[in-house]
Amino acid sequence: MMDCALKTEKLNLFYGTFHGLKNVDFCVYRNAITSLIGPSGCGKSTLLRCFNRMNDIIDDVSVNGSVLVNNRPLEEIDIIELRKKVGMVFQRPNPFPFSVRENLVYGLKVHGYKRSDYDDIMERCLRAVGLWDDIKDKMNTPALSLSEEMKQRLCVARVLTVEPEIILLDEPCSALDPIATMKIEELMIELKRFYTILIVTHNMQQAARVSDYTGFMLLGDLIEFGETPKIFTAPQDERTDGYITGRFG
Amino acid sequence: MRVNPRFTDALVRHFLNLQAYFTVGLLVVIVFIIFIKGISNCSLSFMLTYPEDMGRHGGIFPAIMGTVFLAALSIVFATPLGLGTAIYLTEYTRESRLTTIIRFGVESLAGIPSIIYGLFGFIFFVIKLGMGWSLLSGALTMTIMILPTIIRTSEEAIKAVPRNLRIVSHSLGATKWETTVKVVLPSAAPGILTGIMLSIGRAVGETAAVIFTMGSSLRLPASLMDSGRTMAVHFYILAREGISMEKAYATALVLVVSILAINILAYYTMNRVIAKYS
Repeated sequence: MMDCALKTEKLNLFYGTFHGLKNVDFCVYRNAITSLIGPSGCGKSTLLRCFNRMNDIIDDVSVNGSVLVNNRPLEEIDIIELRKKVGMVFQRPNPFPFSVRENLVYGLKVHGYKRSDYDDIMERCLRAVGLWDDIKDKMNTPALSLSEEMKQRLCVARVLTVEPEIILLDEPCSALDPIATMKIEELMIELKRFYTILIVTHNMQQAARVSDYTGFMLLGDLIEFGETPKIFTAPQDERTDGYITGRFG
Repeated sequence: MRVNPRFTDALVRHFLNLQAYFTVGLLVVIVFIIFIKGISNCSLSFMLTYPEDMGRHGGIFPAIMGTVFLAALSIVFATPLGLGTAIYLTEYTRESRLTTIIRFGVESLAGIPSIIYGLFGFIFFVIKLGMGWSLLSGALTMTIMILPTIIRTSEEAIKAVPRNLRIVSHSLGATKWETTVKVVLPSAAPGILTGIMLSIGRAVGETAAVIFTMGSSLRLPASLMDSGRTMAVHFYILAREGISMEKAYATALVLVVSILAINILAYYTMNRVIAKYS
């Protein structure tokens, strides 16, 4: 049995009275890419946001069942520590309207890193996302002046600065053009050597290209979960088959 | 018969242009008249010397300093209070009965004529708290008066900061306070600054509330408990009591030019701040 970096057992989530996640048993394996696919509103982003407690910000959400991060129950982990360990990249590139440098040191300030380490950490993270050569002379330019793809890379780098173990990506390419998308996908494959990655995508080709494991969700249920090739070539559930062959979605 | 829409469009465009020019024109005319009437008596020594014989002769140095002290003090008092209220209303509470009441209170405060603030300040600060006619009474009264402006403009500026910036800050492990201080306030800074500048303008230009609370002493206030007068009050007294219209216009010129300077400075700083971040 492989090790789950993230795990849910009988996870139920409600928005008010709306049943958003239904008895979800799910596992994200360490140092692999797991993707969640499914039509809009199926709960895939909601499930992703359970792992760094971003659902807490939304009013009127209640959760029961268990979520384990590194085999520890979520509620035992301090929320600041949790969000350091489980980083998140969002759908739209969302750098702060500050300089590139200030974006990168933000998390370092929040988590009390030593100022003398800033430069090394920034360089390491920018190299990891392949931005270093392009951006090393532009550290003081406004982050919002970068191209969309570079902004998204910067956002990934910003997450990496605080040394997470797990990275959640919520449709990270949906605001990008196909070439930029391809580059971000290459980046994800690079990153999985050191990080555990969970990606939500509505792009099935993307899931097939980058992920080792795929979960298919529909109306709050995790219908099927397994190795990506199996899900895409021999799905067990006819609803999965219907979705990946484009009969609905 | 149907009017040609292109004709209407052109007509409206010219009409709107005219309105804009009219507004700017009014400003130009006012500044021009003050300039013509005031320039002959206005000089550097007028600004740097003390008045003599009730202001009939001499300069307005104490009034300039009185204005600066009053405006600076009221901003120092009102900004933390107003910004704090705005942060509370936008970041730390949900819309509820309480916020509605607070907002209603702020709106009402904004609508009260300044003379009422003057009377309140006189009764409360000057008499009840025994501060007398003083810089402190004046500044506290002005603080209450400019508070609504600071709260409203800060609130609007804070609300305009995209929600996703707060979310991403939380996702990086920042607390609410860190998010507020390091992300929200810097992003809202231009708007907050505008509010502060508007408030300075208001404090500088106020007469009624100031006469009642800060008094109208011609001496340079040496402490918080000293009375003093602002340029606006000086102008009012010179003109109202027929002491010297020449000196009154010269004072008005200094007043108007400093208000224009503050606005230009605010505009410039704001653009600098915006340019830095986007």
